[in-house]
Amino acid sequence: MLLTVIPFILSMHRVASSSGSITLKCKDLKVLQLEIPGMEECLNISRSIEALSSVESVMMMYPFFYRPQSMKLKDGWQLYPLQHYYQQIATETTAWRLSCVNGEFTVCPSYPAAVIVPTAVDDNTLKKAARFHQGGRFPILSYYHKKNGTVLLRSSQPLIGPNRKRCPEDEQLLSAALNRGERGFIIDTRSAQAAKQARMMGGGTESKSSYPCWRRLHGPLERGRPLQESFIKLVEACNDTSLSMDRWLSKLESSKWLAHLKGALSTACLAAQCMEREEACVLVHGAEGTDTTLLVTALAQVILDPECRTLTGFQGLLEREWIKAGHPFHFRCARSAYSHARLKQEAPIFLLFLDCVWQLGRQFPFSLEFNEHLLLVLFEHTYASSYGTFLCNSEKERCLCEVKEKTHSLWSWLNQPSQQKKHLNPLYTYNALVIWPSVEPQSLQLWQGLFLRWIRSSQYLDEAWAEIQRLVTSCEDAPEESAGDRQCHSQPDAAHPHRQTQLGNAG
Amino acid sequence: MEHIRMPKVENVRLIDRISSRKAVLGTLYLTATHVIFVENVSETRKETWVLHSQISSIEKQATTATGCPLLIRCKNFQIIQLIIPQERDCHDVYISLIRLARPVKYEELYCFSFNPKLDKEEREQGWKLVGLKEEYNRMGVPNNYWQISDVNRDYQVCDSYPAEVYVPKSATAHVIVGSSKFRSRRRFPALSYYCKDNNASICRSSQPLSGFSARCLEDEQMLQAIRKANPGSNFIYVVDTRPKLNAMANRAAGKGYENEDNYSNIKFQFIGIENIHVMRSSLQKMLEVCELRSPSMSDFLWGLENSGWLKHIKAIMDAGIFIAKAVAEEGVSVLVHCSDGWDRTAQVCSVASLLLDPFYRTMKGFMVLIEKDWVSFGHKFNHRYGNLDGDPKEISPVIDQFIECVWQLMEQFPCAFEFNERFLIHIQHHIYSCQFGNFLCNSQKERRELKIQERTYSLWAHLWKNRADYMNPLYREDHSQTQGTLRPQTAPCNFLYKFWNGMYNRFEKGMHPRQSVTDYLMAVKEETQQLEEELEVLEERLAELKKVQLNNRKQNSKQQDRNKHIELSTSNNSIANTPQDYSSNVKSFPSRSPSQGDEEDSALILTQDNLKSSDPDLSATSDQESGVEDLSCRSPSGGGCLPSEDSGKDSDEAVFLTV
Repeated sequence: MLLTVIPFILSMHRVASSSGSITLKCKDLKVLQLEIPGMEECLNISRSIEALSSVESVMMMYPFFYRPQSMKLKDGWQLYPLQHYYQQIATETTAWRLSCVNGEFTVCPSYPAAVIVPTAVDDNTLKKAARFHQGGRFPILSYYHKKNGTVLLRSSQPLIGPNRKRCPEDEQLLSAALNRGERGFIIDTRSAQAAKQARMMGGGTESKSSYPCWRRLHGPLERGRPLQESFIKLVEACNDTSLSMDRWLSKLESSKWLAHLKGALSTACLAAQCMEREEACVLVHGAEGTDTTLLVTALAQVILDPECRTLTGFQGLLEREWIKAGHPFHFRCARSAYSHARLKQEAPIFLLFLDCVWQLGRQFPFSLEFNEHLLLVLFEHTYASSYGTFLCNSEKERCLCEVKEKTHSLWSWLNQPSQQKKHLNPLYTYNALVIWPSVEPQSLQLWQGLFLRWIRSSQYLDEAWAEIQRLVTSCEDAPEESAGDRQCHSQPDAAHPHRQTQLGNAG
Repeated sequence: MEHIRMPKVENVRLIDRISSRKAVLGTLYLTATHVIFVENVSETRKETWVLHSQISSIEKQATTATGCPLLIRCKNFQIIQLIIPQERDCHDVYISLIRLARPVKYEELYCFSFNPKLDKEEREQGWKLVGLKEEYNRMGVPNNYWQISDVNRDYQVCDSYPAEVYVPKSATAHVIVGSSKFRSRRRFPALSYYCKDNNASICRSSQPLSGFSARCLEDEQMLQAIRKANPGSNFIYVVDTRPKLNAMANRAAGKGYENEDNYSNIKFQFIGIENIHVMRSSLQKMLEVCELRSPSMSDFLWGLENSGWLKHIKAIMDAGIFIAKAVAEEGVSVLVHCSDGWDRTAQVCSVASLLLDPFYRTMKGFMVLIEKDWVSFGHKFNHRYGNLDGDPKEISPVIDQFIECVWQLMEQFPCAFEFNERFLIHIQHHIYSCQFGNFLCNSQKERRELKIQERTYSLWAHLWKNRADYMNPLYREDHSQTQGTLRPQTAPCNFLYKFWNGMYNRFEKGMHPRQSVTDYLMAVKEETQQLEEELEVLEERLAELKKVQLNNRKQNSKQQDRNKHIELSTSNNSIANTPQDYSSNVKSFPSRSPSQGDEEDSALILTQDNLKSSDPDLSATSDQESGVEDLSCRSPSGGGCLPSEDSGKDSDEAVFLTV
């Protein structure tokens, strides 16, 4: 087991005079108890584990030493080139261009080197707009909704401050994002009150008078400490074997995890709805623009775009909207739920995203190409990994640490055929439509596969999946050549061309 | 008919409960058997049918500017909210429904007028589908230890018991009658389940009339006889399913529980399932939570917890698990009772049987199980489910809880049951619908007197005929989960008990998974089977052809098969749905006409016409847009037999005319 998996040793006690016992509580929520003969050995082992599991320097972490024989170092790092994705959008619409204004990470340290911005706005304007946003995160394109040409933008909060500062460049940037006469929506992931209060700290939110073409909506989401506490409480409740039936429900309730889930899905749906139904452009931001903002933009894309629901498309989405977008994984996913250390920066915002995707998969069992297992693997690897993919807080840091040169990419491992097979949903069929989930409390469930993974046996459920796999494959391998079969199963569009056309027309 | 004051009201609006913005205009009809709402939208004319016997309450709310709201709550958890323009009309509908929903004579019930157009012979065959004599034979009785007794032949010993009862061979008629006099309602210990492998059995009875100190020699002999019928064990468990406090309180009324000192070799055990009144109010509380309009997560979870519903479900399950364990693992016989032995006892015996014997997890076996533990042993269907107007305090969701226990087990053991969730939902529906005679009355005696089998049809035959709709695709006879005893996880397991959205929010379409895995897999399974059969035929033919050296013809037929395959597979891909109201916390969400989106969705739906639901009870009440999961359903197979289409579509006009 990777030592970094263990956030801390819960307890060490003397079992007998000649042996000791160590309880290890791991970041993937597993709990292990080791009985070690010899008190001296026990102490030594626990000291070593403690030291090794709390390596501070990124460069000393395991990915820098992990050298599997079957993989080449550079593989995988170029699997989802951001520039390519953006270039594609730029060629499809003349209104957007690739900008390298952040080439040296000087304009915005948490943005990647290349970003996509309105063609009408030059790099100088961008630099000025960046100074008007927390951490320099000026509005950039996050997703282009091909169906109706609307775009999803994201940024951090504007630095309006108590004196109601304005920034003409920022206003210019935002109005350039809209076509003439169009109106857009700004979805602030804080409550109206919190957004207003942020002015006292130098932040704030776009005012109607300065941004007349934009209409503001609020979808308040929790982040930071309260979210981490919610995670800790939920894991505690799941592990508490003494709970009776009614106390279980109130513990589940008081963890608030499901409420956060409902909030995240609702806000993402609101953003998606603005784009798909109102045919309007959307800008999402909270405060820093690195947490709830990314949660909303990434989720909205899974809901809207069938490409993001494929195995590789989903990996590309994570690369674009989480890793390159500067979600501070190193800070957020350091210790997981068992740690008592009150780390200010720790928060399971990415886990919340994975849980939302799991809920989507439960409500639309045919529409995601990947299965629960992939989500579990991603959860594990954000907290402790042999691969460099989730290391550091931003592209800038990854460059400094030479992550791409000195570690392996998680994607190249996941995309090996043997791994891919494990992560495919046997029920998947391409679904071109938007998947609107239900966010009623009755429709959301505790993600048992993750939170109860080490607590209850999943044997019977695994057997059921094996049975599903068996049914589907036996259908595919049925009498005829399997090639013909696969085709009909995975590419139904070919057989339904008129449906595609209708969709195109409607959009 | 004389109760219908107002056969037809026009311009009534049916409110969609999820999004209050949506309402459809239509005409409301009251017929002798149904309330029918027909939408005005000309192309669809969608109909919502509700049987009078499904109505659990009618509420007339304060008149508003738009009209007079009428809220109809149904026993199958459907809630219909209508707005009737004229207060006077609303009042008439209200008064009519109040009477129609509470019949006073059995003859008023729907099963006496329901005619599925089967001839006499078919009807008789239908009633013979499930036979208890065969069932006891299957279990291996009569045998050296157990015999069939005719002591209750004319229901003289116990009027709520079946005429044929299985008792230990060593229990003489004298002992049985003596024991019956010492038991509430004379419900003496009788065999419910017998385990061939180790002779252990489950027996059931009512509480003994022991008071503080009374004894009965015959009753003690009776228990002794049960123990002797299992030579492998030197004691039996006596399980009192009530909370200890309740049982003790009963002693003051001359009832109570067995004293271990008076009975030789018994181990006594309380289980602690609450009584019917607690269960009724628990369900009531849970339904209030389900009815909340866009509740927060806390509202929902708190409400669910405060209702105590899942706690009660778990208590029933734990009792079943205890008994199954005693029988299967310890080889010890168990006598189960509660107070009268017809509610909790029925629940617990049937859960234990289901865990013990894979047969009860098949479709046929499940019908037998309900027939055995519920129908024959005098579960008071009429009182509990309010078929006839009666004491509201007698009503309680006893069998609903058992059905939910089965669902909870299905969630934990997805491959163990031959039937699917829909099977359970439809059985629940028909327990209240009174469309079939199976669940009429309170006892076998009453049913015989009413000549139910000659005058009504059996639900089991109807379900059996449509069994393709109720199959669990994951069930396989040779799968490990279908073998032997089911052992659910017991501790810690609270989180294993989940809210059953599919039942209690059955009609809130938007809340359910948008794609049905069951239906998809069923289609896949059938397709594979078909292809395999075709392959067989082809191989035979190939063998023949080889003889005459004409190989190339095979290629053509293969091509045809593949084309067919393509058609079928693509049909599973359809999903379309509409967003719900995600902006409840946004004060003024732009309300541009969503016409564009709607067109798009309905256009998609139209291409799916051939895939329309086989489930009229569901499609009839949902709007097209959100009727998503139905789309991937199998093609209709005998739709006239499913719940809301009770009367059969062909009789629509006839019903209107009788008004």
